[in-house]
Amino acid sequence: MSDLMKVSSNPHIRSKASTSSIMLAVVIALLPAAGFGIYNFGLDALILIVVTVLTTVLTEYIFEKLMGKKVTIGDYSAVVTGLLLALNLPPKAPWWIGVVGGVFAILVVKMLFGGLGQNFMNPALGARCFLLISFTSIMTNFDCDAYTGATPLAALKAGESVNIFNMVVGKTAGTIGETSMIAIVIGACFLILTGVIDLRIPGSYIVSFVIFISIFGGHGLDFSFISAHLAGGGLMLGAFFMATDYVTRPITMKGQYVYGILLGILTGIFRIFGASAEGVSYAIIIGNLLVPLIEKATLPKAFGKGGAKA
Amino acid sequence: MAKLTFVGGIHPYDGKELSKDKPIKAVLPKGDLVYPLSQHIGAPAKPIVAKGDHVLTGQMIAEAGGFVSAPIYATVSGTVKAIEPRRVVTGDNVMSIVVENDGLYEEVEYPAVKPLDEMSKEEIIERVKDAGVVGMGGAGFPTFIKLSPKEPEKIDYVIANCAECEPYLTSDYRRMIEEPEKLVEGLKVSLKLFDNARGILAVEDNKPDCVEILKKLTKDEPRISVKALKTKYPQGAERQLIYATTGRKINSSMLPADAGCVVNNVDTIVAIYHAVIEGKPLMNRIVTVTGDAIEDPRNFIVRIGTNYHELIEEAGGFKKDPVKIISGGPMMGFGIFDLDVPTTKTASALLCLTEDDVSKMEPSACINCGRCVEVCPGRVVPRLLADYAENYNEEAFLAHDGMECCECGCCSYVCPAKRPLTQTIKSMRKMQLAKKKK
Repeated sequence: MSDLMKVSSNPHIRSKASTSSIMLAVVIALLPAAGFGIYNFGLDALILIVVTVLTTVLTEYIFEKLMGKKVTIGDYSAVVTGLLLALNLPPKAPWWIGVVGGVFAILVVKMLFGGLGQNFMNPALGARCFLLISFTSIMTNFDCDAYTGATPLAALKAGESVNIFNMVVGKTAGTIGETSMIAIVIGACFLILTGVIDLRIPGSYIVSFVIFISIFGGHGLDFSFISAHLAGGGLMLGAFFMATDYVTRPITMKGQYVYGILLGILTGIFRIFGASAEGVSYAIIIGNLLVPLIEKATLPKAFGKGGAKA
Repeated sequence: MAKLTFVGGIHPYDGKELSKDKPIKAVLPKGDLVYPLSQHIGAPAKPIVAKGDHVLTGQMIAEAGGFVSAPIYATVSGTVKAIEPRRVVTGDNVMSIVVENDGLYEEVEYPAVKPLDEMSKEEIIERVKDAGVVGMGGAGFPTFIKLSPKEPEKIDYVIANCAECEPYLTSDYRRMIEEPEKLVEGLKVSLKLFDNARGILAVEDNKPDCVEILKKLTKDEPRISVKALKTKYPQGAERQLIYATTGRKINSSMLPADAGCVVNNVDTIVAIYHAVIEGKPLMNRIVTVTGDAIEDPRNFIVRIGTNYHELIEEAGGFKKDPVKIISGGPMMGFGIFDLDVPTTKTASALLCLTEDDVSKMEPSACINCGRCVEVCPGRVVPRLLADYAENYNEEAFLAHDGMECCECGCCSYVCPAKRPLTQTIKSMRKMQLAKKKK
């Protein structure tokens, strides 16, 4: 028997799940969407994905090296950010868009606020909105070899008819990773089955969005209108992969429902009343800003509180 | 019907298969017996023997040192060798009576017992008090106090905590398999004190054999029912158990009696049986010696005061070098650095592990995943409480119900960033409790 025993405070056992195993699961869950994007848009999409992911990982590595901090790229969170950002870029965007976005996401949105767990805004979405404002024409040009013209959502907004089957499968114009509802839902199912995410946020987000557009969309309970809104744009990717981002969503369970409903309403407002056809990214980053308030208002009641002697 | 349980909780690897089929074996102590004067909550007991005195098995060697206190009995015959500070499982040095075992096990003559029917309530409580019975699930609260609440007629439920939700522990399980009669009789003794109460045997449903045995034994007892609870840690935590069985909620500032409940664990109820029906003081308890470092994991009936080294030997010693030894279960037990400590009234297990998750897994930044909130049976936000504790922000800690934490360890267990949440919150709670006492 060794002379030195390990002692520590209870509990003495830990679950197997770790930060890196969770982040890796998210990466795996994003692969169907990424794979479909590459299949749909070709080599350009692949190059953009690789460049963006390399940028986010390298930015984190270099920043931490320069600041003399522990290098944390092994937790895969930078990979998740890079991948998510790439999936939110138009397929024909030049490679440097991925670099600029990647550096902004990691350096400005994540590391300057203290690194993993401290950022108040989803880094990938923060960077996307930054790019959208700064390089609007590049970021809103979805023309590519396979498709020209408007995205289905823009077409829908202009009052044109859309092919819902193609939208569900993903054979439409759009950003690299958002077009295929099927690929995204496959990834989301994987995350739900592995317990990484649950349906609280995506569920309340999607349901409240559907209710909102049914009331204010001008089409009532029109099946094709609603399904086009669900399958089109970044809603699925946003609801399952970005609204559920641990760091930037409320930690309380009640708060997660509130947050989901808020996102549904904001997305509805932006899509129906806004100038642009899309509204998911802005809805989520505005939601991110309200998280501290939501958390504060939805703290759970301690077990037995309000009892005889409380 | 919805399963009887609570909100939150976890499902760790339970390790019970290592020792659950090993019958309880009696261990006779070889070396000196050490009796810490503080092995219960409350004032330390006062020695009533002196160095050099000869004592018999079952002889009182220390009397209760106050109202909240409990006497201590010799568990072997022999000579008092010393009264001096000795190390206990928590690592503290506690004033202890050391008895050299003469190996003869001469017993005192136990006082004659009256049949239960002829005993008054006061007599029953007196016997439990004199026998030094304390909560043997871990807390060590003197049992007679639990049995004598201010308004006994307002007690609706007497609950036998047979959940045994801590991983690896099988002592209560073996007791229910091997001596279920004593458990049921002990519960009947407790019920005699509370005219309006019904008895509940609350068992986790991973022990269907126990549920069946107890149901069979109590089928003619109209006042006693057996309830199978969902298997989930910490189902046996007092507040969660009361909620699961009765739907009543208590908080940290309340006693079970405030919700009309009295809760005792299996070994405690058996000790009540021994005290009242057989007239014998609390002298032994069941200890599970287990873990992947142990050659032959087993359940032992151990005389209180027996050295832990002897228990390891009885279990065949170590087959691999242990990295961590825990007194109690892996969720709430104490990590110990020295095996040279005695078995006390509250020692439920000796767990020897070849791997230590805690030192193996390095804490990293919180990613706000919310798992701690989901599993917390106290319905607080461990992430926030740990932040407040780290920054010594008392006001926020108290405002966010930090004192409602029951230190069950679920938050630390699930944390993917491996943050020591329970430990951080626990330290802050200790500081606050110490402040309150001043």
